[in-house]
Amino acid sequence: MSAAGEVVLEARDIAKSYGSIQALRGVNFAVRRGRVTTLFGENGAGKSTLMKILSGVIGPSAGQILLDGEPVRFASSTDARAQGISIIHQELSLAPNLNVRDNLFMGRELGRAAWVDFAEQSRLTRQLMLELEEDIDPLTPVEQLRLGQQQIVEIARALSVDSRILIMDEPTSALSAAEVEVLFTLIRGLTARGVAIVYISHHLEEALQITDHAVVLRDGAMTARADAAEIDLEWIVHHMVGENFDLGSPPLAHAFGPPRLSLQRLRVIGTGGQHLVDDVSLEVRAGEIVCLYGLMGAGRTELLEAVAGRVPIAGGQVLIEGRDVQRLSIAERIDAGLSLVPEDRQRDGLVQTMSVGRNLSLASIVSFARGALLSRSRERALVDVAIERVHIKTDGAEAPIGSLSGGNQQKVVIGKMLGTEPRVLLLDEPSRGIDVGAKAEVFKLLAERAAAGLAVVFSTSEVSECLSIAHRIIVMRRGKRVAEFDSTVSKERIMAASGEAVAA
Amino acid sequence: MSGAPRIDLGHLLLEGRAFFALVAIIIVFSTLSPFYFSVDNFLIMSSQVAIFGILAIGMLLVILNGGIDLSVGSTLGLAGVFAGFLMEGVTVEAAGVVLYPPVWVVVVLTCLLGAFVGLVNGVLIAVFKVPAFVATLGVLYVARGVALLMTNGLTYNNLAGSAELGNQGFRWLGFNRLFGVPIGVLVLIAIALSIGLVLARSAFGRWLYASGGNERAAELSGVPVKRVQVSVYVLSGVCAAIAGLILSSQLTSAGPTAGTTYELTAIAAVVIGGAALTGGRGNVRGTLLGAFVIGFLSNGLVIIGVSSYWQTVFTGAVIVLAVLLNSLQYRARSG
Repeated sequence: MSAAGEVVLEARDIAKSYGSIQALRGVNFAVRRGRVTTLFGENGAGKSTLMKILSGVIGPSAGQILLDGEPVRFASSTDARAQGISIIHQELSLAPNLNVRDNLFMGRELGRAAWVDFAEQSRLTRQLMLELEEDIDPLTPVEQLRLGQQQIVEIARALSVDSRILIMDEPTSALSAAEVEVLFTLIRGLTARGVAIVYISHHLEEALQITDHAVVLRDGAMTARADAAEIDLEWIVHHMVGENFDLGSPPLAHAFGPPRLSLQRLRVIGTGGQHLVDDVSLEVRAGEIVCLYGLMGAGRTELLEAVAGRVPIAGGQVLIEGRDVQRLSIAERIDAGLSLVPEDRQRDGLVQTMSVGRNLSLASIVSFARGALLSRSRERALVDVAIERVHIKTDGAEAPIGSLSGGNQQKVVIGKMLGTEPRVLLLDEPSRGIDVGAKAEVFKLLAERAAAGLAVVFSTSEVSECLSIAHRIIVMRRGKRVAEFDSTVSKERIMAASGEAVAA
Repeated sequence: MSGAPRIDLGHLLLEGRAFFALVAIIIVFSTLSPFYFSVDNFLIMSSQVAIFGILAIGMLLVILNGGIDLSVGSTLGLAGVFAGFLMEGVTVEAAGVVLYPPVWVVVVLTCLLGAFVGLVNGVLIAVFKVPAFVATLGVLYVARGVALLMTNGLTYNNLAGSAELGNQGFRWLGFNRLFGVPIGVLVLIAIALSIGLVLARSAFGRWLYASGGNERAAELSGVPVKRVQVSVYVLSGVCAAIAGLILSSQLTSAGPTAGTTYELTAIAAVVIGGAALTGGRGNVRGTLLGAFVIGFLSNGLVIIGVSSYWQTVFTGAVIVLAVLLNSLQYRARSG
């Protein structure tokens, strides 16, 4: 039995290239028994690539992997799992049509011969859910679970195979603060049992709470390594980005213009009859940035989608510049000056089969039509402006959308909606899954547009984002608007209003 | 350095596979039979391809949208029967007269019938959320049933019209040539060019690619996804009706069972042409090549005397190979 702190898995001079793109260049990385090692880095820094190599999903172009000091080569992720290495992927990999139990044991059903022992599987599932303090029935179909609960199921699946090394790629991105606490307790329990954890997260503060060691990647190379006791937030950001900067500060108070968006006693009823949005009123003026804060399931997404016309409203009014838009379609609302940047850019924001340029021009096709045909030159001009305006890093307008990093993809979605010259811009979790640098750029962009007269409403589940640029912070809880603050409020008061348990 | 040109060649072969397949088919059959490589045979083959090509272009629009239209074969049959019914005269009981509409009226009304069948498909799918496969499968049966009911299972043979009734000229679509090219082929070219232009350069084309690639994203970007969806089925129905007119004109008869299983050939042509059945990927050029590959292959097999049973086997193998290569291509792109 090896002692805690000993290196169990080591990557030596790992390099990986995709065509001409060098994703990793000679990275050294060590995972220690009973310790949490966090990998920090912006999107595109190579974190996910490194984790995929360590978990056998892909092979390295050069370099060596040592397991317990012995060189190994994983044929597949199944092979790596057999040797005790599991990964929780950033994107959920559950079958939505199957229930929780069947998802947990997918591919390794318990039982004898061809027969599955469902009773035993259910028992184990219930036990795991108990450990995770999540009251989910094993027979619930995964598609009926909230995103946060789905993530819990994903974590449970990785826990159910006794792994020695557990890689968690953004495990908390959809979890509420309370759920994160449960996860952290669980991680501490695992490390006490000698499990080595590799942790990746964009929530830097959160990661700092749990980690023992920190490793920072930038542009495919390792830039720094330290024990958690020796570092702070500034140190991480400094090594990730290469220079000191902050997320932005609330823009100087300028005189707001006339009201652009006005919600009056808005209600949205879910398919089960529950009040997703309950009697919410809100007025946003030209030049104002309003932050909607709340936990998962607080009704932020439903509110924004109802305003944009995606889901029907059960009562109340939506006014854009005094005009009732309830009867208008999504397209007509865009014409009226109201645009939504959706939460899930893969599912709702981007057309994966089209190029960067065509994604950017999608929402404003009519503006570059000349008669029956589209004007190529006008489209190119529009796309060039968009790429320039939101600072998209791309090989050109013809590049496939999948070739961009997460942050740049998000900028494409924002650039697309800005191309419609909106007067009200709604953004649902604009910072989800993008790195610090891209986040700061996105917020700077919003501040600039607001200064030019745009009314901005964005939702977030990170308090520091509310405080960074919003003039006003609206807190939602279970569909209701429960509090309103200005930008001088403390984090603790916002979190308390949202119903979040505040640690210490 | 040494590996680069080889990869490019493989890439080129993969991208242009339908074209190279067509060239290979022409070369192989030309060496096997002296009758294959001649202007006459090419024109005959092209006339046959025209029917499938027109169906396939309509099908391409539906497949780009992420749907499928199984009803085109039946719609083709129904359109032929409807045209035959009009050509033989419509009896108006109340007035006690028989009306013989001129050919252009017959053509317009038949196209409207095709549009109507497509509209039924589109509304079922876009408004009532019936899966495209099921909705068009139902319409496949209904349209075929109506065609059988209209003729009582018999065939309209009197399509030529007569001079005294002023409704001659129906044969023109199927038999005449303009500059030596059969009218059917010219119609195919006209449809291909206009649909190609619509796809590449119009707002509707862009909407279609976007809603086929990701309907939710397209909708949130202001694309009228429902209207696009209904439109593609209407256009597919019109294409089927045009193909029905050309076929019944070529045969100078309209049977209620014409066009049976043609929908499968049309789908095959689209797939061979590189379109993705999941939507958002494909173009007219590929689909045309696909239609020609199928047509030239089956004609060549006939000419060299291969049994029709083997033809079926060959066609099936080509389709499977095409889908295999499609997945290879799209995997390479996403990776």
